[in-house]
Amino acid sequence: MKKRLRRTALYIPGNDPSMIQNAGIFGSDSIVLDLEDAVSVDEKDSARLLVRNALKNINYGDTEVIVRINSLFTPFGKEDLEVIGRVHPDGIRLPKAESAQDIQEVDSFLSRIENEEGFEENSIKIMPSIESAIGLFNVFEIVRASNRVAVINFGAEDYTSDIGAERTKEGKELFDIRTRILLAARVVGIEVQDSVFAHAHDIEGLIRETKFIKQLGFDGKSVIHPAQIEPVHQVFTPTQEEINRAKRIILAIEEAKKRKSGVISLDGRMIDAPVVAKAHRILKYAQAAGVL
Amino acid sequence: MKDQIKIGQAGTLESSDVLVFVRFSPLQKGIKIELESPSEKCFGKIIIRKIEETLNLLGIKNIYIKAQDRGALDCTISARVETAVKRAQKSIGGKEE
Repeated sequence: MKKRLRRTALYIPGNDPSMIQNAGIFGSDSIVLDLEDAVSVDEKDSARLLVRNALKNINYGDTEVIVRINSLFTPFGKEDLEVIGRVHPDGIRLPKAESAQDIQEVDSFLSRIENEEGFEENSIKIMPSIESAIGLFNVFEIVRASNRVAVINFGAEDYTSDIGAERTKEGKELFDIRTRILLAARVVGIEVQDSVFAHAHDIEGLIRETKFIKQLGFDGKSVIHPAQIEPVHQVFTPTQEEINRAKRIILAIEEAKKRKSGVISLDGRMIDAPVVAKAHRILKYAQAAGVL
Repeated sequence: MKDQIKIGQAGTLESSDVLVFVRFSPLQKGIKIELESPSEKCFGKIIIRKIEETLNLLGIKNIYIKAQDRGALDCTISARVETAVKRAQKSIGGKEE
């Protein structure tokens, strides 16, 4: 299966037909049709059917289509899964994931639906969101609970509220959760996405935060406005200098392999497997951005 | 109760949406659809056919529907009709218009 990039996941309110039908045109790598926070309690039934029909009828092309269901602790979560699972989204974003059991419950639910509908086994991914102290405490178990778990992310507002932290633009209070979910993700080899930058009109702030999370090792970020997509993609687009160096590294290692050697030196720096892996990652991002 | 009237509503009057009102009543025989749409001349028949198709899938044979369309896609029309019908089916009684 082609490995996709997940630089941006654009939230789309699940009860807004206009935004739902246009969701694929903004160029984000993924869209997240939201049945949770963006939908009032009175409209949960309506949004669920609207999103179901959209998934059945609208062609979103290469964009990854994710549905954020309501938490399983609410009266809506299971019905969301039952209805949405049957139209095969690429992924289910599970808010307020707190334990391995939460993931296993969704996993069994999806297995039954895949079986009943004749879908490929394990083809609907689970994307848990950590939003509480207990969720973060259990994050290693959460990512290991099912091989459907493909991406992990977190909800900064709920998390800071739960631990009693202030939510600032600077985001120092999020350092711990960012590094811990990143570590958990890498242990099992899945991807990790950052929370949203809530100030939709502060593009400079968004760029600063995106550079920081990229530096930490994140694969991408959730976004709440189409205007946030391009700046995030820009940050994840390698410079020409980085691309050239990556190409040279790959060329050099291929030459070395021919000579049966695993380690070489390029411009006086040792080139070994992790450096090569980074070079491949750079070229992958360059290709996605169309600059290769 | 035999003479119970049930009503339901779903959708909005926002662009690309449709506001659907439905009423089940013992006096209603067959399907009656009232449509109001800026594109009624071009798409009126298609919209009505979509509503009928949705009702058929839901097994509804007797109902009054008023749809105020704002340029909704077929899949939106179908979702709003289904929601309005299910809300009506869940409601206990309702006020007569």
